[in-house]
Formats: sequence, C-alpha cells, structure tokens
Amino acid sequence: MNTLALGLKEVERVTLLKAEGVKAYYSIRQGYVKAVDGLDLVIDKGITLGVAGESGCGKSTLMNALMMNVKLPLHLIEGTIALDGEVISKMDRSMLKKKIWGVQASMVPQSALNALMPTKRIMDFVRDVIKHHLNVTDSEIVSMAKKRFEELNLRVEALDLYPHELSGGMKQRAVIAVSTLLNPKLLIVDEPTSALDVSTQKQVLKMLMELKTTGITESIIFVTHDIAVLRQIADYIVIMYAGKIVESGSTEDILHDPKHPYTYCLINAVVTPEPEVRKRGLTSIPGEPPDLINPPGGCRFHPRCVKAMDECGSVEPVLAKFRGNRLVACHLFK
Amino acid sequence: MSLDVTNLKKVFVVGLFRRKEIQAVDNVSFNVKPGKFVSLVGESGSGKTTTAKMILRLLRPTSGSVIFDGKNVWDLKRINELRWYWKNVHAIFQDPYASYNPLHKIDRILYQALALIANQNTEGDSVVKKALTEVGLRSNDVLGKYPHELSGGQRQRIMVARCFIIKPKLILADEPISMIDASTRASVLQLFSKLKEEYKTSVIFITHDLGLAYYISDEIMIMHNGKIVEKGSPEEVMDNPQDPYTKRLREDVPLMYSKWIGF
Repeated sequence: MNTLALGLKEVERVTLLKAEGVKAYYSIRQGYVKAVDGLDLVIDKGITLGVAGESGCGKSTLMNALMMNVKLPLHLIEGTIALDGEVISKMDRSMLKKKIWGVQASMVPQSALNALMPTKRIMDFVRDVIKHHLNVTDSEIVSMAKKRFEELNLRVEALDLYPHELSGGMKQRAVIAVSTLLNPKLLIVDEPTSALDVSTQKQVLKMLMELKTTGITESIIFVTHDIAVLRQIADYIVIMYAGKIVESGSTEDILHDPKHPYTYCLINAVVTPEPEVRKRGLTSIPGEPPDLINPPGGCRFHPRCVKAMDECGSVEPVLAKFRGNRLVACHLFK
Repeated sequence: MSLDVTNLKKVFVVGLFRRKEIQAVDNVSFNVKPGKFVSLVGESGSGKTTTAKMILRLLRPTSGSVIFDGKNVWDLKRINELRWYWKNVHAIFQDPYASYNPLHKIDRILYQALALIANQNTEGDSVVKKALTEVGLRSNDVLGKYPHELSGGQRQRIMVARCFIIKPKLILADEPISMIDASTRASVLQLFSKLKEEYKTSVIFITHDLGLAYYISDEIMIMHNGKIVEKGSPEEVMDNPQDPYTKRLREDVPLMYSKWIGF
C-alpha cells in the first residue's frame, strides 16, 4: 500500500513544510555548538517522515528549529522555514503562538509525558489549548474533547483524571490527542515511545497512524533512534549525523540497501528477533559522535568510517541525488 | 555458583485508610546455573525489578527464599558475610546517570569496587586500567572526570568495568541498555557475553525487549503480573510460544524486515 501511495505522490506532490539552509547553533562559553548545520528538508502532505540518528546528532534541535521554537541559547543563524507556503522563520513568538503552534503545527517534545502539571486534570490541558485559539463555551470544549477521544479509541474517563493516575502509554496518547485537538497539518513527535515498553509502544504507533488515516493531521515527523520503529510507520527516512543529513530516501530503500556507511552501521546496530539479523550478528558503531563545537573537517563521519579515503578528511561531501528520490552525502556515491 | 529462588512472593500494601494489597511478585521460582545467561522479560509493572531487588537484598520478600551458594541471602547478618555476598553478586541498573554521585569523580566508583576485593595497595591502578581496557575505554579519557562529562554509553561501560574488577559470580543487570543509544547497545551487550565467557559469570538480564533477550540468553523467562508464565530456550520461546501473553509480546516487537498487520 505504501509503495503505491508513494508512487502517486511522485505526480501530485504537495509540499507542506520546506526548510532551506537551516543552521541552528547553541551559543555557549566555548563558542557555538553547531547542532544543525546547513540542512534542507522538504516534507510533502500525507507523508510520515522518520528522522533517525544517534543521541546528540541534532535531531531534537532540528525539530525545535522547524517549529521555530527557538529560545536562548539556541539561535537560528540562517535559513528559511515555510509551512504550507507561509514563511514562519521571520515570525515573532507571539505571532507563532497565535497562528502556528497548535493550529498549523504541533510538537510533542521528548519528555512531554513527564512534563504534565501534576495538579491539573487532562481536561484542564484541553481547555488551555482550545481557549487559547477559539472562542467557545465550556460545554462545547467538553464535547469536542470527548468526541476526539472517542475517535481515537481513548477512554473518555481519562479526561477527568490526573496525570499520575494514567499509565505511561495512556499519558503519551492523551498528550498527543490534546496537541492535535485543533487538527494541525503537521505533527512532530520526538522519541514518543522510547520510555515505553513494546506493547504500549505499539498502541502509541497505532494511534499516530490513525491520526493520519482519519485526516486529523496531514503529515507526521517521527524522531527516534530506533530504526525498527520507523520501519513500521515511516514512508520516508532521513538519517542525521553531526548536524547534517547524510542520507534520505524511502523506508524500503534505506533499510534494504543503505548507501552511506553511517546508515549501514546504524541499521546493523539494530537488534530485532529476526533470522536476517541473527545471521549478521550484533555490531555497533565504533567511537563516539564528534564534538559539535569543532566538528571534524571534510566528511564529519570520516574519523569513524571504515571506508574513509584521503579525500574524506578534506573535502566535505554534498547531499546529492543518487537515484530516484534517494539522497546521499558520501564521496563513494558521486 | 548456584542461585535458587523458591516461591518468592512480595505483597505491597498501599493506601492509608482503604488498604489494598498488590501482589507484585507471586510465587516465583527459578534457578541459575554457573555461566548461564538468563533473561527475565516482561512489560512495565510485571514484577521484574521487584524480583531483582529481593535477590540483591534491597527489598525483603514477604515469603519465599533466595539461596545463593547454599546460603539464604536474607540470613546474612555479619559484615564479613555481607562483603562475601557483595563480592559475588553485583548489580547494574537501568539509569547510568543515577548510578553515580555527581559530586565525585569517576575514579571513586572504580576504587570502591577495588576495595571490595581488598588488594588495592598492590597493583590497584593497573587492575583499574586493565578493567577499563576490557570495556573498551581508555583510562586517560575517563579517569579524573566527573560523571556529567561522559556519555550514557561510557557511564554504563564503567559500571560494567566494575564487574571486570570484582569478577562477581552473578550479575543482575536491570535494563542495562534501555537508556543508551541504539547504536552502542550491541557493544555493551557484548561485554556481558565476554564476562560470561572469560570468568563463567552468570547473568540475570532484565529487559522488556524480547528481541535483545533472544540474542544473548541461554534461557528466557517471561513474567506477567508477578508470575513467570513461560520458561525456555530463546528458540522455544520465540518460535513456539505457548502462553498467550508471550504470543502477544512477540507480536509487539517491531521488526526490521516485516511490517505489522494493519500498519
């Protein structure tokens, strides 16, 4: 089903989010931490995009930049971000709060399920979100919330409970439901399942799929370090390393035929109970991710790369078209 | 080395006025033989960690016994007996951030381990350095640093380095790799296999990830609602699960090369 849907999109692609030349740095005493360093990204309508990479590769920073949730010490140094044709990278915070966040695009950050105010019921969060944007009565808010929870197969009684009374999985699903109440076109979820066990993880992933099939959101960006999870829900995958995209393509292509040596390592580090995986055994990526204050010259992966050539230490590879909609940034594939 | 857990039970009583009893661990029995890698798999709240805490003497069982090398661990009272137990049974916990005191340097946690085996005055430094090399760290990179200066993977490796110093007979690893990056998980897992091969260390590996357990275990035990519902070799449990809960758990593990039905 997915391949067919992707085939159609080749013809009638409609861009939802377009980010060009995004550089997002953290300013600290020692200099700039170049967490996102010159990155282009286009997300079409109807797509679930998976963003994968090790801790500290800039995944979460990129998401904050895409939402324009840029607060000190984070700076958006360069780049334009357009959401559905509207440039949001020039908007100020109050404008973003009024017109974009929660209405056009929503983000569920990594620690969202632990960040809920313990003295508030789920219904209070719903009220906060809706009252900020719409002028409606309380009974309307209650019926809106109930309707949405029913639509997503969540227990309606959960609305009257406090966060501590919900299980981790239920809390995460409630957070996602509340953040999509106003049908944002784009939903960004950052590691939504890494604190959950496999059974609740599946429920959360199922709900994300439902959000798209019921048309509540058009596109989803799913950030994770677990590629097996992306296999289940993503149409496209973007692999990040040290603040840059090293490879992107459809999920099938990336998993079955990884090109960039880093992607190859990342996929081989995944442990799933499958004969294919058992045959190749357990491997991991040697070394540590680089220091982003002074990233290595040339290709940023070259100190850890087994296929590194002389060129890799001096010339930085550009993200170039490899085949179809496949992009690779590596000197091996020019 | 032998560990025999017999009819272990833990009942938590909650509530001040309306008292409610929760059977966290319900009649759990199993044994661990020398050099065996046993995995305890289950979802959150299934009683895995409570079982581990009772074996480690951190939580007193409501009933049942834990016999390690012929001694009931809850009968150990004198400091010498306890030292003997600490020397032989070692724990590694889930959160590599919380296992450290942030005010002390990394060295302290390693030299504390050295104090347990009581030959610190002889070639203490070389023992520590050798243990760090075993876990793939360079001593210059970590010694003299504070915990916050290291990555999660490095911190968890240092916890394993303690095992290379003490050389315990049994390691209880409670979700040791769930908080570290997917890309470094395999390398930390391999350290446990190395301990098993070199020193015949037995490992009780607690995890919610059946996939991981499948790789490295000699035996898998599936825990659900405080009970062990299935026991067997990894192949038996994965290829031919008997209990309905095991079947569900197996279906919920995300796979790389096939998709879930309905996704």
